[in-house]
Amino acid sequence: MQHAHCRPNHPLPKTDGDKPMTDDLLLKITDVSKSFGSVRALRGVNFDLRRGEIHALAGENGAGKSTLMNIIDGILRPDSGEILIDGQAVTIASPTQAQQLGIGFVHQEIALCPDVSVAENVFMAATNVSRALVMDYGGLCAKAATTLGQLCDISPATLVRDLSISNQQLVEIAKALTLECRVLILDEPTAALTEKEAQILFGIMRKLADQGISIIYISHRMVEIFDNCDRVTVFRDGQHITTQEVADIGPDDVVNAMVGRVIDDLYPPKLDAADRSDDMILEVRNLTDDNRFHNVNFHLKRGEILGFAGLIGSGRSEIAKGVCRLECSVRGETFLNGALLTPRDYQDSIQAGVVYLSEDRKGDGIFLDMAISANVSALDLQRVSSPLGVLNSAQETQQAADLGRMLNLKCGCLSDPVSSLSGGNQQKVAIAKMLSINPKLIILDEPTRGVDVGAKCEIHRILRALAAQGVGIVVISSELPELIGLCDRVAVVREGRISGEVSGAKMTEENIMQLASVTDATAA
Amino acid sequence: MRNSTLTDTGTTQAGRTGAGQTGATPKQASAAAAQNIVLRLLRMRETGLIAIILALFIVMSFASPYFLTWVNMRAMVMAFAVEGIVVIGMTILLISGGIDLSVGSVTALAMVVAGWLFLAGVDPWLASAIAILVCTGVGAIMGFFVTRVGLHHFIVSLAVMVIARGICLLATGGRPLGLFTLPPEFKFIGQGSIGPVPLVIIIFLVTVVAFDFLLRKTTVFRKVFYTGSNERAAAYSGIRTKKVVFLTTTLCSALCGFAGIIYMARFGSAQPTFGIGMELNVIAAAVIGGASLSGGTGTIFGAILGVVLLSVVSSSLALLDVSVYWQDIIRGSILLAAVSIDHYLQKRRGRK
Ligand SMILES: Nc1ncnc2c1ncn2[C@@H]1O[C@H](COP(=O)(O)OP(=O)(O)OP(=O)(O)O)[C@@H](O)[C@H]1O
Ligand SMILES: [Mg+2]
Repeated sequence: MQHAHCRPNHPLPKTDGDKPMTDDLLLKITDVSKSFGSVRALRGVNFDLRRGEIHALAGENGAGKSTLMNIIDGILRPDSGEILIDGQAVTIASPTQAQQLGIGFVHQEIALCPDVSVAENVFMAATNVSRALVMDYGGLCAKAATTLGQLCDISPATLVRDLSISNQQLVEIAKALTLECRVLILDEPTAALTEKEAQILFGIMRKLADQGISIIYISHRMVEIFDNCDRVTVFRDGQHITTQEVADIGPDDVVNAMVGRVIDDLYPPKLDAADRSDDMILEVRNLTDDNRFHNVNFHLKRGEILGFAGLIGSGRSEIAKGVCRLECSVRGETFLNGALLTPRDYQDSIQAGVVYLSEDRKGDGIFLDMAISANVSALDLQRVSSPLGVLNSAQETQQAADLGRMLNLKCGCLSDPVSSLSGGNQQKVAIAKMLSINPKLIILDEPTRGVDVGAKCEIHRILRALAAQGVGIVVISSELPELIGLCDRVAVVREGRISGEVSGAKMTEENIMQLASVTDATAA
Repeated sequence: MRNSTLTDTGTTQAGRTGAGQTGATPKQASAAAAQNIVLRLLRMRETGLIAIILALFIVMSFASPYFLTWVNMRAMVMAFAVEGIVVIGMTILLISGGIDLSVGSVTALAMVVAGWLFLAGVDPWLASAIAILVCTGVGAIMGFFVTRVGLHHFIVSLAVMVIARGICLLATGGRPLGLFTLPPEFKFIGQGSIGPVPLVIIIFLVTVVAFDFLLRKTTVFRKVFYTGSNERAAAYSGIRTKKVVFLTTTLCSALCGFAGIIYMARFGSAQPTFGIGMELNVIAAAVIGGASLSGGTGTIFGAILGVVLLSVVSSSLALLDVSVYWQDIIRGSILLAAVSIDHYLQKRRGRK
């Protein structure tokens, strides 16, 4: 009667209770490789996931994080290597199969059906497997409301296209939560969330982990990794560099492992008092759009970087678009370098050198199917063409190559479509597009969304250098540390109005949050 | 090739002017470029189409002694040359994200308007110019409904298809207008040849080369790609997308008008029922050639290969004495097969 059970035979009764925590592997990946043409996205990586742990995955843009997740979710097939779930080798051929194996995946790029209600999106996967002929729409809404309720208060009946990006991201997360999964993959879920929403998400993650669900958490934000995760794995150039308990390692070590060098100053030095100038780059007076913002006044001085903070839906992005005359009809005056601007539409605005980097990269920032070089030149084709309007492809490629090098873009070939790039590198293409016209004023909405630490630091440095050259820089960001670290002054938007401004020592998260949040006292 | 052509330079400078030239050496670059061109040639769908067409040629030259004759080749080219001009317009419209079902009717409308004016005593050249203008106007009206009123191309062009056909029939009482008194120099457009080459073919080739160049090389037409690829992103790049769509819609109808005039000169008559079902052939050719119905992709060269393929098939079926009814079934199946194979290859490329 010899049973082959291992555990009772082990002579370590004391640590037996801890044993499952360290040995109980739910998912194990060995020696997985994946190439796209000549691009080797993964080269023999190993990865394992314990039951009930939150495992952070870090790495530069293009390190192969999303590729590995896509393999686990059956979207991509590995060239070689093995995936073990509960110790059994499996081939995951499709996302449906991954779902059956208990894998839930929140993608880096939002993939919702825009013309369908939130409730139906949330239960897309569930209705997918259901055999019922007629949908119980009321029941669906109620169920969606409960799932969503943990995260936020979005009405389940609204259409997804009417939601802001951050709310769409929340719907995407809710979608994964409805699946009774054992492994939950979150690929940069907080890139599009505000601090508050992110904290709620972390609470839910911990609760799930305590229930024994394992979570793979991808993020470029060290704070999030160190505050919420149990272990961290670092990839670089498609290779596994290290896996450590978060307790045994510091943020600097992770960054070092990711980038291969030490990053000492995350943010470039601010404008010092001696360099201050009274030259106005931008002055906005009484900018009003009847539905979305009212009597907005702000200015930007030479050399300065101005930040815009505010909750989602506060109207930050709308004001920025208003300045550029994008998608709205506004009243009010805008002065650029002292001259009154009278653009009829965004095209005029671009001609005047005023550009806006959209927060919705996939929706309106880039042309996924088009070449990288064609994306970069989209704002002003005149720059890469003869006076008669004949494109010069050598010039176009050169422009993309120059800007790409400056932003540390990682790509196979500049004529490849942007869809072949990793998320962070797509963002760099969007930024390169803005820089291509040598703008006079750039308004950047979440400029470093999805960008890795090293490149983020580089983008900040470039913005600072541009500001020093006299280019107006306005940054909108939901990441308060970024605003505080980068900007000289932060304007806070609340319900379509500028509720206050902070600078210098007053620029703290508490002050900004206080100005941003609606309190009953001020509402009355 | 390494994963990174642009990184690994180690140094990154701030400021645009500071970006250094630390890329690959010119020699490496040109070798890589040559390799790239070969790879891209192999990957291009045009290569596949050419292969299929060549295969058909070889098979047919054995199957029928008449296939590889000068007369048959000439007839074949004449048959698709004028339609090819319409395909160009359709391809550009498809790239911008639109579609036009009215091409056949509008082509007939050009004939009828020009023919009617001519019979009323107007100089044939002037009559033709007016007819092309009328067609351009029809396109502009469709463009208006699509961009200003906000209707879908499909429904607008469906309505115009019926209306234009109705006008043709109304103006002619449904009978062809015989234009026997057309001056010979006008008929020369459709019937003459320069040396051994019919003028129609020369007009066709010139149009193809011109639009191929415009589409690939000019800023104006690049905006068509941006608009079709992602209309919102195009708007967020300062492109006046409505204007682009308006122009591509108008251009397509204008090219139909042009084609109609050539047909009139060739037939020496104006046929109000001409071009029924033409839209199917035209759209099929563009799609076989790689244009996507969701916009953003397509080439003139590919579309022309699509036309050639369909004509070779038609001509082969006729030579092989296949019944007309069967011909339609076969043509439809070929469209389905070509598009499916292409779709499959695209998808596999994406996953690989
Ligand atoms: N479909 C594809 N075709 C070609 N190359 C691809 C494709 N998908 C990914 N790649 C390449 O594979 C590499 C890894 O990409 P991946 O998306 O996994 O990066 P990532 O680690 O998720 O980066 P990020 O932090 O920017 O999201 C990149 O160099 C990318 O260009
Ligand atoms: Mg990624």
